[in-house]
Amino acid sequence: MVPLEYYLVVAGIIFTIGMIGVIVARNIIIIFMSIELMLNAANLAMIAFSRNLGSMGGHVMVFMIMTVAAAEAAVGLSIIIALFRNRDSANIDEVNLMKW
Amino acid sequence: MELIWLIPLVPLAGFLLNGLFGKSFSKPVINTIACGSVALSFLLSLNAFFGLLRLAPESRSFEYILFSWIPSGSLNADVGFLLDPLSAVMILVVSGVGLLIHVYSIGYMAHDEDYSRFFTYMNLFMASMLVLVLANNFVLMYVGWEGVGLCSYLLIGFWYEKRSATDAGKKAFIVNRIGDFGFALGIMLLFWTVGSVHFATVFNLAPQQLAYGGGIITAATLLLFLGAVGKSAQVPLYVWLPDAMEGPTPVSALIHAATMVTAGVYMVARCNVLYMLAPTTLLVVAVVGMFTAFYAATIGLFQNDIKRVLAYSTISQLGYMFVACGVAAFGAGIFHLMTHAFFKALLFLGAGSVIHAMSGEQDMRRMGGLKSKLPVTYTTMIIATLAISGIPLFSGFFSKDEILWQAFSSRFGSPLLWVVGLLTAGLTAFYMFRLIYLTFFGQRRYDDHAASHVHESPRVMTVPLIILAVLSVIGGYVGLPKALLGGAWFERFLHPVFAKGAEIGKLAEGAGESHATEYVLMLAAVAFVVLMIFTAKRYYLDRAKDSEQFEHGFGGLYKLVYNKYYIDELYDRVIVNPLVKGSNLLWQKFDVLIIDGFFNGAAWLAGQWAISMRKLQTGMVRSYAFVFLGGAIFVIGYLILSR
Amino acid sequence: MELAIFILTSLVAIVAALLVILQRNPIASVMYLVTTFVAQAILFIQLRAAFIAILQVIVYAGAIMVLFLFVIMLLNLRREDFGKDIKLRFKPLAIAFAMVLLIETLVVINASLVPAQPGADLSATFGSVQGVGKELFTTYLYPFELTSVLLIVAILGAVVMAKKKL
Repeated sequence: MVPLEYYLVVAGIIFTIGMIGVIVARNIIIIFMSIELMLNAANLAMIAFSRNLGSMGGHVMVFMIMTVAAAEAAVGLSIIIALFRNRDSANIDEVNLMKW
Repeated sequence: MELIWLIPLVPLAGFLLNGLFGKSFSKPVINTIACGSVALSFLLSLNAFFGLLRLAPESRSFEYILFSWIPSGSLNADVGFLLDPLSAVMILVVSGVGLLIHVYSIGYMAHDEDYSRFFTYMNLFMASMLVLVLANNFVLMYVGWEGVGLCSYLLIGFWYEKRSATDAGKKAFIVNRIGDFGFALGIMLLFWTVGSVHFATVFNLAPQQLAYGGGIITAATLLLFLGAVGKSAQVPLYVWLPDAMEGPTPVSALIHAATMVTAGVYMVARCNVLYMLAPTTLLVVAVVGMFTAFYAATIGLFQNDIKRVLAYSTISQLGYMFVACGVAAFGAGIFHLMTHAFFKALLFLGAGSVIHAMSGEQDMRRMGGLKSKLPVTYTTMIIATLAISGIPLFSGFFSKDEILWQAFSSRFGSPLLWVVGLLTAGLTAFYMFRLIYLTFFGQRRYDDHAASHVHESPRVMTVPLIILAVLSVIGGYVGLPKALLGGAWFERFLHPVFAKGAEIGKLAEGAGESHATEYVLMLAAVAFVVLMIFTAKRYYLDRAKDSEQFEHGFGGLYKLVYNKYYIDELYDRVIVNPLVKGSNLLWQKFDVLIIDGFFNGAAWLAGQWAISMRKLQTGMVRSYAFVFLGGAIFVIGYLILSR
Repeated sequence: MELAIFILTSLVAIVAALLVILQRNPIASVMYLVTTFVAQAILFIQLRAAFIAILQVIVYAGAIMVLFLFVIMLLNLRREDFGKDIKLRFKPLAIAFAMVLLIETLVVINASLVPAQPGADLSATFGSVQGVGKELFTTYLYPFELTSVLLIVAILGAVVMAKKKL
């Protein structure tokens, strides 16, 4: 039986990678994928806790997170399409009108 | 009696209807709403009055609480109404006289463009006045108090294109503010010391909690009296009432003669328990009342504007009522309040009728000889004049005599008060008959153009005059004193309200001088009044050509009185001008430089800060994410370290 | 044996996650992301979350990733589409911060963990379709029904956003 801590460490590492991706990447699609990575890291932690506590609440929570992720991907990707159509670019740094 | 809450509510509904939709209503509809609502109030008041009569005298007090209005901690104010003999008399007078004046206004205001606005204000006034007299606590009374003040302001300045009318409205409002401030402070002081604003509770607790004649009760009653001084136009806050004659005449009759200005008297009578606890205040009330009565009567002597004479007469008569309250004869005060409401409303309406006939002329020097042209007006005015002068068998005689007698014989009275009161009564008779002679008798002094317009007023105006004339005659018999074989029924009716106060003041009932003294004093008063009437007749009727010479014969005294003792000028010089100058100084130096400078400076600082801080908004999503990460690290780090 | 599988799959997941953000080509990124997801699905199975593992493969690795691929191909993204390369001045700083966050996470894991209960008795249906389904339709019925609202909103949002004329 693998201890709970191991799973949590793996989840933490994947989360950090996703975090770095969000900050560093310039391609909006990559940023999106990094967000998915972070969500998945959270899912992993949830399932690990669930197993540890013997309760299935975590499973339901993961189910909800997946729903949110799907919804977010659908809306987010359509935003990307609209953006790309208007600005002809998927570079996040060119989307900077909201400033002083 | 459960319907008393409807009494103020019906005119309020009329106010809302006419106020919101009046512009699109035709005149008959407006009339129906305005007069109908007041008539309904009057009927309800009658119903309440007879309901009260059916009860035993001791249990004639009925409270109806509509809803809890301000339930906040120890301060509890309800929208609750109190029906007892005092408020029953008041609602009858207010709604009855109010109804007659509303009807009269239909004729008087017929040619005015702002017809609906006039009746809207009038109905609002009726509602506020009825709330004032029916309230069962100080706070609700204050609401009515301010409401009538507002309506007074609106109606004085009704013809707002006229500069003098708006100025008069402002003056009335500002002068009243001084009094209202005192009134509010008085209520707060009472609440602070007694812990309630509910009338019954306050009057029950005050004798137990506050020392007889102590500082607190004296201060509280004096503050309340300051409110009464403002509202009832007593010295030194009387200056607004003569100017208030700028308003339409029915307004002067309703607000500035019959009802609103008597609110102060009503309030003092309502708080009789408190006043009886403070003999010092009673003395102040009596002295202020007597001084005002005499002082205003002297000013009234030589005024030439018909309405101004009546205005000073009103101030003077209000002074009488305060004298009555000051000598602890609250019943007599309310009695005079009622009869005064009848004959003074009648005098104003009659004056309005004259002014109407003369196409707006108010100067008595340009009238004269109207007796045959305006028979109804003339007859009714004569009755009212006889009543106010105190001629026996007319209502004013009984009430005024009662006050004079009480001023002489009461535990709180003194012969001095009686002497001044007698002099005032003589002066009153003099200036009232001067008014009658100048207006209705002698040579005609107006030009032919005006003469072609002179006409008796329409029926809708004369009928209220006749009804009021009847009331002016018979109104006094409800309070026929014992000395004249009457039962003093009116005062016995009011007695439950004043019983507690009488107990505190140790007023022995029915004791005092014998009837013989009363007869002598009565005769003296009547003789003096008749003498003054003949003096007026001599100088203004028989030797009408010399009347100007007669007036100027008083020299400096005449000038002083004619110019109202220069009080307005004095107030301007001493209070208004320094205030205006000081305000200007504060505005230009303090407000503009310091206050504005402070706030503008603060705004400028914030702007500069924002200009530098907005650079943080780079518009780059990734830098936002970076800051976000920094924040997350900080929060988690803090949680770890603080464990 | 169990530990060996865990180490292997988690290594795969971490390396693939790293490659996701290091790749320049979005298509390759998607492929690595799918790898991570599948590796995580194996971890889920190890944690006796069979239903979630299947969902992970079908919904995440299947549906959502296909959506990504569609968009990438629809937009036909090439390298030059990224425009001029704006240097991110705080890139090293950002990575350092992320490392601090990781360390903090590890500290928390190390310090505040409830004692592991490896021997907790698990029911036969733990993590199965039956078990999760029962939870969803009893205890968590309302949130579950609400997700349908969320999905409707998302569909509408996607349709509106992707319209030709915004």
